[in-house]
Amino acid sequence: MTAISTSGQNPILSKLRSGSGVLAIALIVVVVALIPPIIDGGTKLFLQRLFDSLNNGAVYAVTAIGLVLIFKATTLINFAQGNVAMFGAYVCWAFATGWGWPVWVSIIAAMILMSAMGAGIERVLIRPFDPTDHLPVVLITFGLAAILEAFAGGIWGLEFHKFPSPFPAKPQDRFTIGGAFLRYETVGTLAVMGLMVLVVFLVLNKTKVGLAFRAVSSNTESARLVGVRTGRTLQFGWALASALGVLGACLVAKQTNLEPAFMAKLTIFAFAAATLGGLDSIGGSVIGAFIVAVVQSMLTGYGQEIAGLSWLKSNFALVLAFVLILVVLLFKPAGLYGTRRIERV
Amino acid sequence: MTTNFLKATGVNARYGAIQVLRDLNFEVNTGEVVVILGANGAGKTTTLRAICSMVETTGSITLEGDEIVGKDTADIVRRGVAHVPQGRGTFPELSVTDNLMVGAYTRKDKEIQSDVDRWMDVFPRLRERRSQIAGSLSGGEQQMLAVARAMMSRPRLLLLDEPSLGLAPLIIEDLFRRFGDINKETGTTMLVVEQNANLALDIASRGYVLEAGQIVLSGTSEDLRTNEAVREAYLGA
Repeated sequence: MTAISTSGQNPILSKLRSGSGVLAIALIVVVVALIPPIIDGGTKLFLQRLFDSLNNGAVYAVTAIGLVLIFKATTLINFAQGNVAMFGAYVCWAFATGWGWPVWVSIIAAMILMSAMGAGIERVLIRPFDPTDHLPVVLITFGLAAILEAFAGGIWGLEFHKFPSPFPAKPQDRFTIGGAFLRYETVGTLAVMGLMVLVVFLVLNKTKVGLAFRAVSSNTESARLVGVRTGRTLQFGWALASALGVLGACLVAKQTNLEPAFMAKLTIFAFAAATLGGLDSIGGSVIGAFIVAVVQSMLTGYGQEIAGLSWLKSNFALVLAFVLILVVLLFKPAGLYGTRRIERV
Repeated sequence: MTTNFLKATGVNARYGAIQVLRDLNFEVNTGEVVVILGANGAGKTTTLRAICSMVETTGSITLEGDEIVGKDTADIVRRGVAHVPQGRGTFPELSVTDNLMVGAYTRKDKEIQSDVDRWMDVFPRLRERRSQIAGSLSGGEQQMLAVARAMMSRPRLLLLDEPSLGLAPLIIEDLFRRFGDINKETGTTMLVVEQNANLALDIASRGYVLEAGQIVLSGTSEDLRTNEAVREAYLGA
């Protein structure tokens, strides 16, 4: 009754591979699948899920920018990014609750301290190794992540700590839009994230060290030939990425509570965001962060109402992040906004 | 005191186990244009890389009498050496203007912007394309950009690694005329390595011939031009 046609070469798949539209198609499929439950749930619920995702999006974005900065300059994934940030959040927590410093003073102090630590890590653990040999450096960042987690556990214990909120966070601190609640802390997190993106943009595009950083990212050998000290420039990247990571961790720690592994999941989402947006594109990774956060919130919120997806609980969001990373790397390795290295000779 | 801006004595260079340069001796006087001729694989690029400390080097290379073997590349650049590597070595993701700005990375004076204007006057194509990324330029334009970027550091010694490679004959001719002009107008000392002997000998006062990592011949441009072996190997005559 039904004719099944098969083709050995599968021209459709190879066409899809080369076509950049595959991600868009996947996204459309997801959105279309979500339409019936969204209509059933009403605009209020939809808005609420959207607002809930913004906070995650902002934190993924800040963390993703940290990953992108190191990747741009070295084409390496820094697997310690999340745990450097985690460690910084503990330092901030110690300042705020142990020494009684105001939250923002503690955050800034932790950012400064951890950027110094990031610079130190680059000098001691990264610079001595051949930058063109990726495996040792990747293994080092893995090891560093484990060491930081162990140290945080050893110093501050494995139990959950309540983290002080950097924004007004009482139950009534919220706007009501279309019946949905937009919390002040969400708005605050978004504002700080926007400010940081602006700062990073200005540093990279309007300062001498930023120009050097972009030069090293673009062509390390030529950067040396114009007198750029590449080691120090990378060190600056590590310092900036560490400070950004700490900020992201401090903004999210109020909601997740503090424990040594609290950044692990979040870093995977940030990695998915950076992969989606393009690992060498700061703007792309910000957009990727919000796409990941919105899809995560919608799928885990509405997913159970889609026929056949009732098993989709919130802990599957992590699986979705991995699937996203896989799909992007398979079909469009440069991501949405990354550079395919084109060069005329 | 010394008129040798650059002097190489007994230079050996190797990539791991492979020795590329053997007991190289040459000198470049202040204000002079010197060419090193050689076929593919003769060690031309390695010679320039040895000067910039980008390859394992032994022997002695002095810059105005100071030993530079073993020094950091960034320090050698700060002494007034600019290197235009083979394949241009531009920054493909950076705009033309940013490429020029980064060329002035080691400078701290206030005339950087006026130098950008000056080199855009010399190479008007660069002005037309100033906000384009360097990766989108044609080969000839990239070579202009690479030279202008090198000149942005106000070098006293310009190292040019096969600037003619991959370019159309007319563009090469234009480029070498400009090298001659730059040398006359700014007094910049130049060391050019080339396979394209004709044009290189036009602007050079002296030259060396490199074969299998050793200098086999040296002399004035006139000497080399009339030398039978050179004519056969590099002048296609």
